[in-house]
Amino acid sequence: MKTNKITRRAILGRIVRFAAPYKFSLIFSFLLGLLSVSLSLFIPVLIGRAVDMMTGPGAVDYDGIVPILYAIAACAIGSALFQWLMTAANNRITYNVTRDMRRTAFRTLQSVPVSFYDGVAHGGLVSRVISDVETVSDGVLLGTSHLFCGVVTVAATLVFMIRLQPVVAAAVAILTPLSLFVSRFVASRTYGYFKEQAEVREEESAFSEEIISSQKVVKAFGKEEDVKRIFREINARYEKKTVRAVFFSSLVNPSTRLVNSVVYAAVALIGALFAVSGGITVGALSSFLSYASQYTKPFNEISGVVSELQGALACAGRVFEVIDAERESPRSEGERIGSVRGDVELCHIDFSYRKDRPLLRDVTLSVRAGSHVAVVGPTGCGKTTLINLLMRYYDPASGRITLDGVDVSTVAREDVRRNFGMVLQDTWIRSATVRENIALGKPDATDDEIERAARAVRAHSFITKLPDGYDTVLSENGGSLSAGQRQLISVARVMLTAPPMLILDEATSSIDTRTEIEISKSFERLMEGKTAFIVAHRLSTVRDADLIVVMRDGEIAERGTHEELLSENGFYKKLYDSQWRGAEIGEG
Amino acid sequence: MKLSGYLRGYKKETVLSPLFKFFEAVLELFIPVIVARVIDRYIPAGDTRGIVLMICLMAALGAVGFGFSVLGQYFAARSSAGFGTKLREAIFDKVESMSYSDLDRTPAPTLINRLNSDASGAQSGLNIVLRLVLRSPFIVVGSAVMAFTIDLSSALIFTATVVVLTAASLAVVLSGVPVFRRSQGALDRVTELTRDNMTGVRVIRAFIREDEEIKSYDEATEKLSRLQKLAGRISGALNPATYVIINTALILILRSGSVRIGSGSMTQGQVIALYNYMTQMLTELLKLAGLIVMLARSYACAGRVGAFLNSAPASETEKRRSGGEKAAESVGGAAPRVEFRSVASAYGAGAEPALRDLSFKAYPGETIGIIGGTGSGKTTLVNLIPRFYDVSSGAVLVDGGDVRDFDPAVLRKKCAVVPQKAVLFKGTVRENLMWGNPDADDAALIEALHTACFDDLASTRDGLDTAVAQYGSNFSGGQRQRLTVARALVRRPEILVLDDSSSALDYATDAEMRRRLASLDFSPTVFIVAQRTGSVRDADLIIVLDDGDVAGMGKHADLLENCPIYREIHRVQFGDGEVTA
Repeated sequence: MKTNKITRRAILGRIVRFAAPYKFSLIFSFLLGLLSVSLSLFIPVLIGRAVDMMTGPGAVDYDGIVPILYAIAACAIGSALFQWLMTAANNRITYNVTRDMRRTAFRTLQSVPVSFYDGVAHGGLVSRVISDVETVSDGVLLGTSHLFCGVVTVAATLVFMIRLQPVVAAAVAILTPLSLFVSRFVASRTYGYFKEQAEVREEESAFSEEIISSQKVVKAFGKEEDVKRIFREINARYEKKTVRAVFFSSLVNPSTRLVNSVVYAAVALIGALFAVSGGITVGALSSFLSYASQYTKPFNEISGVVSELQGALACAGRVFEVIDAERESPRSEGERIGSVRGDVELCHIDFSYRKDRPLLRDVTLSVRAGSHVAVVGPTGCGKTTLINLLMRYYDPASGRITLDGVDVSTVAREDVRRNFGMVLQDTWIRSATVRENIALGKPDATDDEIERAARAVRAHSFITKLPDGYDTVLSENGGSLSAGQRQLISVARVMLTAPPMLILDEATSSIDTRTEIEISKSFERLMEGKTAFIVAHRLSTVRDADLIVVMRDGEIAERGTHEELLSENGFYKKLYDSQWRGAEIGEG
Repeated sequence: MKLSGYLRGYKKETVLSPLFKFFEAVLELFIPVIVARVIDRYIPAGDTRGIVLMICLMAALGAVGFGFSVLGQYFAARSSAGFGTKLREAIFDKVESMSYSDLDRTPAPTLINRLNSDASGAQSGLNIVLRLVLRSPFIVVGSAVMAFTIDLSSALIFTATVVVLTAASLAVVLSGVPVFRRSQGALDRVTELTRDNMTGVRVIRAFIREDEEIKSYDEATEKLSRLQKLAGRISGALNPATYVIINTALILILRSGSVRIGSGSMTQGQVIALYNYMTQMLTELLKLAGLIVMLARSYACAGRVGAFLNSAPASETEKRRSGGEKAAESVGGAAPRVEFRSVASAYGAGAEPALRDLSFKAYPGETIGIIGGTGSGKTTLVNLIPRFYDVSSGAVLVDGGDVRDFDPAVLRKKCAVVPQKAVLFKGTVRENLMWGNPDADDAALIEALHTACFDDLASTRDGLDTAVAQYGSNFSGGQRQRLTVARALVRRPEILVLDDSSSALDYATDAEMRRRLASLDFSPTVFIVAQRTGSVRDADLIIVLDDGDVAGMGKHADLLENCPIYREIHRVQFGDGEVTA
């Protein structure tokens, strides 16, 4: 529990640091809040005074009233203006801190190791950067402002009331907060009902999600009526729980109002009795009644802010987890190298994502510049891991990789990556135009260069058929593009940057025949004269490779050319039979 | 949006709730009158007994008001929960009635959102309106009405105030809307960039784009915060404006009140009562302003739900063609079980056909292979048989009758489809297999598992009672595919469609499964959709599709010889050397 408190304070401290650049706005906001609240609370006193100057026919002090009315006008305008300025100041702080936190988180995300992303759900990460950050700045900063205004309201009201009549003031001050306890009591009782409701809601959404996402299967098997029946049953239970939860929680307001009206009556009684004995004027009585009806509000707000703050701090914890995520060393740190020739060597590489499950064991491989290496093997054999190591997304646990004889672990990561062109199987298309997508690696490329790259990989013709040609905006998942077209765009990206070495991951799920042929031709075009690592799935690619590396359980099981390996009659032969030679075995 | 229909059955509650809230408001409106009486009559007279009586009356009104309010809340809860339940039921029913083409148009996440979040949004909107929002006009209008009972000229000030307040809030809201929309757009952009950079981290790092990404993120967040501040300045003007307007009205009331008290046509207590009414109005309006954001959100939810529920009713594929009547009997050995007569099919009226001029016949016990690349029309073809889609010209015949003349339920019972995506449902293996046939016994299920090459399962500890997680995620891809094949076999269908459903199986299992399927005792007509020539080489008929056109039809050996596309597919997969197998 104690550690919890410390971290909470630490979190608060971090948030304060984010707010520090706006401390003058913060002070300004508090000052404005103080003025606005005080002015508005002074109005009931002024009205009471005015009322006392109009006691009956012939007993109206017109000359005395006018200045009071001016004073009311001044207080109202002043209070409104200060309130508006305070809101603006608060917004400035909140939105700027939101912006700053997001930017900081984003910078962290650009410099964390790739492994960070492989271990988390992206949806959750997005919601931390977007909605959690908002909850933090809303909850903590606006919360603080509301807390401050609430306290000022309570204090100012007390001061004004005591100056009017201490005994009645004491009655208001003691009785009014009663409603708080009542609402707390009711709210605590409803917690159980909400939990029950949430359980059924979860059941319902799990069921409907499962059914709707597989609706075509439901339909194919004619199960519509059955699933409807189950849904109705869950839905009916949900209704019952909802009525209960909503009803009991909605008792908070009426209960508060009941207590308030009893308190109001009590204040009216005490005030009226004082008025009879001449202890206070009628105007003062009306001021008291006005205070009594408003005095609970700040208490409700304060208790609301407190619970909101707790939620905001929990969110803040999640946000700072992202911001504090361990960064890797700067990508420009290390020996700087230019364009390499393309000799690649892997010496006794060991690697594992998790300590207890080694993924690569003692992988040694020597590749001469300009040669094409096909990596084959069953799923999970470590093919993708090899890409991760070559690109330095991950570093090996032991062993070393050299480029032109230089150990890459001593070279700046960005220089290693600059030397590789990479096309992954699940193509990433960003939310931007086709042109921007192709120019990703070379933002200053001219239109002419972009078109030439697209032509070279045979993407030009389909691009021109898109609604806005090269200016067509694509969405994150590629929108209307087919898998093949998306891959062509990512091949064009690499074509444009023309790196000396390539890493290509062939698509497993076959795309339509014609595009597949186009892609394999554009791959060939891209690979001319370059060192290339291909995670291969097509026999034609494998057969044309200078070297085939057969991976199995994290080790290189066999290596050689197609003919050599076939004649060895080993694992490659088996793999070849099951993956490509189906037609030849047949049943005959 | 016509959602009011879903309140049917809860009419009583929906009327009673605001009625009781109205009673409560009326009682509250009496309080200032009582205070006025105390001030005007009992305080000057020093009548302590009268004062106590009046105050007790006030407390009593509060207690009765509490009773009304509790009733109001209860009916509001009943009404809104009932409304939400009806709404969810209607959405779910609508989804169940959707045809394949409807489902293509509306992605599942959208449907799930309508059901699980938008319906709740609409429900809580109704609840807020009944419980909280209606109270405000009752108090505001009620205060104005009470003012009329006190003094006419003051009442006119009240009326004018209500008008000015309405105008002011409208002005603020209307001028805010475009800014809010733009700021929402800016937020979407920031979200998009955030997500882009997560999904694309490898590519961004490969191209060393980190600094440019940071720059464009800085620009997007700057734009967002600028618009948010602007929107905040506009919406932040509402409450101060309300405050100034109410206080202006108060000053006017005090001013005219003082004159009328002086002339003896009003009392001091009455001025205080008017003051109290003004304060009540202000309190209610500030509360209402706090609800606007929530209400706007609910309104948007309700709009989306309404648009969905009022969208076109279930399409033609879900009904028997009028005039047509086809009974369920099966054909004898000689007649074709499935026949395509120059079929063309397009997804949508103006779209390019996904399938053109296809004719063929398939007899009981035959295996038909369908091959071609993605988007070539393979799935379109098989989906026409159980009439998941309608042909745009030509006809599909099953057992000699046009599929449009069948009751869709009868037609679909004849077919069993193993979809591309192998999904199972939460429950047990037995429950999942019985989707194929609710009357099947364990022996039938085990037999189906055997044909699907999943004998292992029956011998595991839990056997048919093995638990299945949502989507079947506790099984591997290959296991799921075999289970979905078994599920289809349990039906003992006349027509079995395997839509690329052995992609995760190794070659030996795939071949063994095809062998077992070919020797089934109920000799179904089997359609095998495949990407690879290996899976269809033994079919009685292979249909080669290329971009919707029939590129070839025949047996494996003929096609290798005569069909360039088939040869090309074969070559890409197996290399040049093996073309002449």
